[in-house]
Amino acid sequence: MSSRPTAFTNVRLLDPASGYDGPGAVVVTEGVIADVVKGGDVGSLSKDIEVVDGRGALLLPGLVDIRVKTGEPGTETKETLKSAARAAAAGGVTSIVLQPDTHPVVDEPSVVDFILRRARDIELVNVYPAGAATKGAEGQRMAEIGLMAEAGCLYVTDADRPIVDSKVMRRVLSYAKAFNVLVAHRPADPWLSGGAAASEGEFASRMGLPSVPAVAEKIMLERDLALVELTGARLLVDQLTTEAAIESFRRGRDKGLAVIATTSINHLSFNEVDIGDYRTFCKVEPPLRSEDDRQAVIEAVASGLIQVIVSAHAPAPAEDKRLPYDEAAPGAVGLQTLLPALLTFHHEGRIPLIDLIRAVTSAPADLLGLPAGRLAKGAPADLVLCDLNAPLIIDADKLLSKSKNSPFDGRRLQGKVLRTVVDGRTVYEA
Amino acid sequence: MTTTPPGLNEVLQRTFSFPKRHFLSVTDLNEVEVANLLDLADGFVSLNRQTAKKLDLLKGRTLMNLFFENSTRTQSSFELAGKRLGADVVNMSPRSSAMSKGETLIDTAVTLNAMQPDLLVIRHASSGAASLLSQKVTCSVVNAGDGQHEHPTQALLDALSMRRAFGRIAGLSVAICGDVLHSRVARSNIALLQMLGAEVRLVGPPTLIPSQADRWNVAIHHDMREGIKGCDVVMMLRLQLERMDGVMAPSQREYFRFFGLDREKLAFAAPHVRVMHPGPMNRGVEIDSDVADDLSVSLIQDQVEMGVAARMAVLTSLAARLDNDR
Repeated sequence: MSSRPTAFTNVRLLDPASGYDGPGAVVVTEGVIADVVKGGDVGSLSKDIEVVDGRGALLLPGLVDIRVKTGEPGTETKETLKSAARAAAAGGVTSIVLQPDTHPVVDEPSVVDFILRRARDIELVNVYPAGAATKGAEGQRMAEIGLMAEAGCLYVTDADRPIVDSKVMRRVLSYAKAFNVLVAHRPADPWLSGGAAASEGEFASRMGLPSVPAVAEKIMLERDLALVELTGARLLVDQLTTEAAIESFRRGRDKGLAVIATTSINHLSFNEVDIGDYRTFCKVEPPLRSEDDRQAVIEAVASGLIQVIVSAHAPAPAEDKRLPYDEAAPGAVGLQTLLPALLTFHHEGRIPLIDLIRAVTSAPADLLGLPAGRLAKGAPADLVLCDLNAPLIIDADKLLSKSKNSPFDGRRLQGKVLRTVVDGRTVYEA
Repeated sequence: MTTTPPGLNEVLQRTFSFPKRHFLSVTDLNEVEVANLLDLADGFVSLNRQTAKKLDLLKGRTLMNLFFENSTRTQSSFELAGKRLGADVVNMSPRSSAMSKGETLIDTAVTLNAMQPDLLVIRHASSGAASLLSQKVTCSVVNAGDGQHEHPTQALLDALSMRRAFGRIAGLSVAICGDVLHSRVARSNIALLQMLGAEVRLVGPPTLIPSQADRWNVAIHHDMREGIKGCDVVMMLRLQLERMDGVMAPSQREYFRFFGLDREKLAFAAPHVRVMHPGPMNRGVEIDSDVADDLSVSLIQDQVEMGVAARMAVLTSLAARLDNDR
């Protein structure tokens, strides 16, 4: 790698961490941000510096996506770490946190180590594992939370599987707290949601799909909030998607509980009716909700109640999707479409640009204690150069993920990644 | 030689407009298409009552029955419909096919499609299966029941039975009673009856009425006497026995007491009421034999007869649009 310093000039800097949105330049040395110049006047640059003229494009911190699945290890036909990393780089995502529900499950330090070593060899984007909260992510016995944290996992979660046994959940929360490890949990009442392929309501009734009522999310969240209160632990609520649960969450926050919530780009962008004539690419977990719920989620992001947005990237190959709806695998790829899909809310005037970007940069980075996600002196040089207004039509077949299951296929979006930089290295250029 | 009955002859000579390649859902149809199908089916009823029943409208065509769920009634109804129209009929059942060896629905469909059938009739336990299949094959697909979604030929035969019994459908009030939640028959009937101007009510315990069904422009009743009061047609639905054992209803006897159709409850309906059931019936569970077997009240046998005719109408309409050289 060239150790020659690089300057990104003639750009609009957008740095949610400092609240700056304006002209400026960023100088990168040895993979680290050496200087951030705010304002139009860059001054004189040393001749040794390689200059990248941004031509007025937007320069953002690289995106931090804390809920990503690949198929490695175990189901590499879906996605490998490398294909996911390529998709991430093309989407302006410079750090990804992997879910532990692989084969084998990431429930002990050697698997954490395996993933970190594989990621290092790929040298594209930063890859961090999350560990399972329970052995085998089966919700019964605690996994080696302390050892996994030591090995480098960023938080613990059983991914899509709720920890049903409240006693187990309580122990996980208190134990993890002692090691200062964040616990993430997806709120879903397992009995109400068992076998469901859609959200309960007129649409699912008409289509004859097995469905789950929206309150299944609230019921489990209420339990989790009570356990957080009991244990004093921190909890990451993995994907708030319903109005009812958002209300519960708001009350928990008002009480001062240490809870943070994410939502997914899918639940911000689509509602249940997008399933249409049984489009299995719109089958995600939790299922797409009503338009009222979607609006409530957008509002919760706009008001800052939901602080983090994830792609919920979950590759599923065609053979798992080209099935009758109730048999098809859930999940949607999203690494490459996260940024342009998010920008929709800026273009529609719903959410200020800086708040949208915060939810995918400094907010998740701060949550997990990562130095990334900001344009600050000394921070890793993870950057995205982006044309905010360039139109694009998503063509699922052209996405870099091994699986092409994108609900955004055919969607017209605005906002194109021009260049992605990780630790000062250009890992993607349009 | 088969003599075409005069009524049928007249209908066949009309120029039909049925611009659909598949027959998947009642919601794909419009009122005119339904009226044409019913007229055509009416003609086939007369034909089916003759000794010589065979026509050559589907001569040279191949009809495949692909039933992933057991069905005696519907499968033989389609088989007879195809044969009476002169088609070659093949019945595929998943237990003897590759489906049990892990082949997907699409792979099976593509394989069968390569054998150049003209019409593929499918029944499958998953909602949307017929629609999925239709996107992957070149022949016409007929939905013979997909999960809890639709059973459009059943709705057509039910409409035919009602039209013949009452001379009209517009203005009839029809109570659909029982397990509406799991019923594709109910969903297709609600859509079709409303299109034809009937008033539809749903009757059943709250556990068996779909969520937000009140948005379907139907009245919902949990008291059966109230629900069938003054109605012209009581359409009973089958309730699977295992759902009655404390799952969706506490017990068979409790279910029969409150939601089973007997003389006493039937007396609340209009004096000329007719009773329907898509079959197979659970006698003494959702319907009393006394009611089911009373031919002055029950249309249940007619429904079976109308089934063959209605399916002949559907197959004829679809085949009229099939190319001779594909």
